[in-house]
Order: sequence, then structure tokens, then C-alpha cells
Amino acid sequence: MFLSDADLQSIWLTLRLAGVVTLILFVVGTPIAWWLAHTRSRLKGPVGAVVALPLVLPPSVLGFYLLVTMGPNGPVGQLTQALGIGVLPFTFWGLVVASVFYSLPFMVQPVQNAFEAIGDRPLEVAATLRASPLDTFFTVALPLAAPGFVTAGILTFAHTVGEFGVVLMIGGNIPGVTRVASVQIYDHVEAMEYGDAHRLAAVMLIFSFLVLLALYLWRPNQKNT
Amino acid sequence: MNTTRSILATFLLATTCAPALADDIQVAVAANFTAPMKEIAAAFEKETGHVVKAAYGSTGKFYAQIKNGAPFEALLSADNTTPTKLVEEGNAIAGTQFTYAVGSLVLWSSKPDFVDSDGAVLKSGDFNKVSIANPKTAPYGAAAIEVLTGLGLREEVQPKFVTGENIAQTFQFVSTGNADLGFVALSQIMEKGKVTGGSAWIIPGSMHERILQDAVVLSPGKDKPAVAALMEYLKGDEAQAIITSFGYEI
Repeated sequence: MFLSDADLQSIWLTLRLAGVVTLILFVVGTPIAWWLAHTRSRLKGPVGAVVALPLVLPPSVLGFYLLVTMGPNGPVGQLTQALGIGVLPFTFWGLVVASVFYSLPFMVQPVQNAFEAIGDRPLEVAATLRASPLDTFFTVALPLAAPGFVTAGILTFAHTVGEFGVVLMIGGNIPGVTRVASVQIYDHVEAMEYGDAHRLAAVMLIFSFLVLLALYLWRPNQKNT
Repeated sequence: MNTTRSILATFLLATTCAPALADDIQVAVAANFTAPMKEIAAAFEKETGHVVKAAYGSTGKFYAQIKNGAPFEALLSADNTTPTKLVEEGNAIAGTQFTYAVGSLVLWSSKPDFVDSDGAVLKSGDFNKVSIANPKTAPYGAAAIEVLTGLGLREEVQPKFVTGENIAQTFQFVSTGNADLGFVALSQIMEKGKVTGGSAWIIPGSMHERILQDAVVLSPGKDKPAVAALMEYLKGDEAQAIITSFGYEI
């Protein structure tokens, strides 16, 4: 067998994590992107900066703060304990929450660009034809911004697949629960199992290349982002 | 012109003479030895004028870096097998390997009165997670598995394992309260011969194989007096007093 069961398990877990995070970010990121694209509020700058933070913050910073705030003595940990779901570090959902923060700009920024590219006119035209704002959003804005959503979805998924630092900090390396592919590779390297590390790393490399290749081949054919 | 020349002269003098007097030493140090190494390095620098540039991390990572040309001149390993391996593979100098410390394992909680003095808490099952260093790569993790196996509790406790990539991260999981318990190095919770916080069971050394931590001079440090001096200093009385004050045996 090319990859061991443990390697395959880590890949499956990674894909599941990336899938769940991408779906959540479609729901959470879209309103943020819409608001950023249309607001004239003074808060636009600060909110945009917060969204972009994971692009520049080292994952160790994010991971450390998440470990502390989601821990039993942190504010988020106190809340999750009060809700009866325990604390989030070392769980799959802990990784999901961390990855949502970590991948947020990869969803929001392309979608925001797509919304901004539409401009005000199609929305005003829809309004003069008596479309409600919600109707306008779903029948005019969303279809026009679709290419931006595809880009955002692919980038978010791929970026979450490639996550390492944060999951290392809060994951606890539990097989099938928090040991994603990147951590599994690290584990192989640490244990001096370089052959295993090579095989799994090659899979990740080829996957990442193919995803980006698909994105770049597809991109010149669309205009809105 | 004159001032420029004298500045240049001073500079040349400083850069050419300094290496003979004081030198930089690049040393890779096992994460569990971080606290004592800082004290030892400070004392050593004060005495000799050499500057110790230490990197702290896991032995497995250092091994990979050394194999790939990292400029470390000495390794203070968390085990005794990695230095032996490096000597055999020609990356370290034969005859320079020695045991600088013998590690002690503790079961620790950041909560006071949580861990009793003989580890009965493990049997009670009354805890959320046990933090343990990766047994595949860290001798402290392997020793912890030995202890649990000896107590007949391995199967029972295993589902509650969270694994740190090295002993420093293992400690972090417990100190942030995310894991109730953890198997860490005594050196991490001990200062000046006393446990500094939480509650701990100092596991008798008879329950696991001795955790021999060996040091070795690496190829880039060959024939470098400063490196040899540091190795000698580690064997000396002052360093050994510091090492034992952190709960290691010698």
C-alpha cells in the first residue's frame, strides 16, 4: 500500500475539516463581505483589518490565544462549559472554530471584491423594478458574484487543508480526531520516518498544485473578480 | 580622515582579537532542559566570556536539521540514542558523548490538591485529558507509557491522551488548564529544589527506564575551544548544582 491506514485517516480528517470550514465560511463570510463592500461606516477599516489579521499573524500566535481563550479558564471556555459542551481544544470542533478564524480572509476578500465589482447600478435597477433588497441579493448580486464565490471556496478549502501551526498548538495530535495530514507529516519527520513523510508530503504537494492550477486555468475566462 | 582611520583600526582590532578571547557557540538543547540551560549559559558566559546561542526544541527536529547541515556545534539531547546515531553517521565527534543529566518524570496538574502522592488519581478516571509527549519521539513520553503499562492502566487511560510534539508543548497543555493531567519533566515544574505550582506525583525512577540525556559535540564544533569548554563546564560542580536543583539526577 502506498499510504498507511493512519495516513489515509489523516487525509480523510483533513478533507472533512476543510469541507466543514468552507461551508461555515460561506455562511459567515458572505454577510461580512457584503457589509464591507457596501458600508460607508467608519468601522470599515477596523473590521477589514481584523478580517485580514490571519494573513499576517503567525499561526503560533493564533494557536496560543485560542488555546488560552478556549481553555477552561478562558472566556470562550467558560461559555462552552456553561453550555454543557466542555472545552474545545483537542476536539474536531475546536479545529473547526480555529480554522474558521484562520481561513476567514480567504473567503471574505474574494467575495468582497466580487460584490464591489458588480457596482451599485444593477442593484439600483433591480430596486426600481420593485425587487426587495433580499430578492435583489439572491437574484442579482449572488449570480453576478458567483465566480468570486468559486475562487473563495477553493482558496478557503485549500488553505484549510494546508493548515499546520494552529492545529499543532490546539489539536493534541489525536488520531482520527485532530491529527490532520500536515501534523501526520510532521510526526513522521520527528520520528525519522522519512520515507512515510515523503509519500504523504508528495500527495499534499500534488493536491495543492492541482487546486491552484485549476484556479488559474479557470480564471482568465471570467471577468467579475 | 584621522578619525575614520582610528575607528577603522579599532574595529579591525576588535574583530580580529575578539574570537581568540570570546566566541559564539551554537548549541541545540532539548526542550526539557530549557530552564537549567539558561542558568548554566549565563554562569558560563560570565566565567569565560563566550556567548552561548541556544536553540530549544525537540530532539527529533534537531536530528533532521543536523542531518541537513544545520550549523549547531553541540547537541544536548533528550535521549542517549540520538547522539549515538549521529556519531555513527559521522555528524558528531566520537568520544565526546556523555550523560549530562538523568531526567525525572512527574504526573502533574496545574490545580493544587489534584494529584496525590502516589498517582491514585489515574485509577479514579476522574480527569478530562492526560497530556503526554509523543512516545514515538520523546523519551519522556515513552517513559510515561511504561509507567501506565506497569500500573495496568494503559488501555484505560489511552483514550484520554493528548499528545504534545515535545515536552514543552505537553507542559503547555496542562499549564493552560486544557488537560487536567500531564506527564512532564520534573525540571519544568521545579525551581531550586521545590515544585513551584499545582500538584505533582514524582514518579519513582524504578517504574521506567532511566531517561539518560546525552550531550555530544557536532562536526561544526570540532576543535573549537569554546565548545570543548562548554562541555567541560557541563560536567563541573557549578553546572551540576544547577542541574540537580531542577530535579535531575546526574
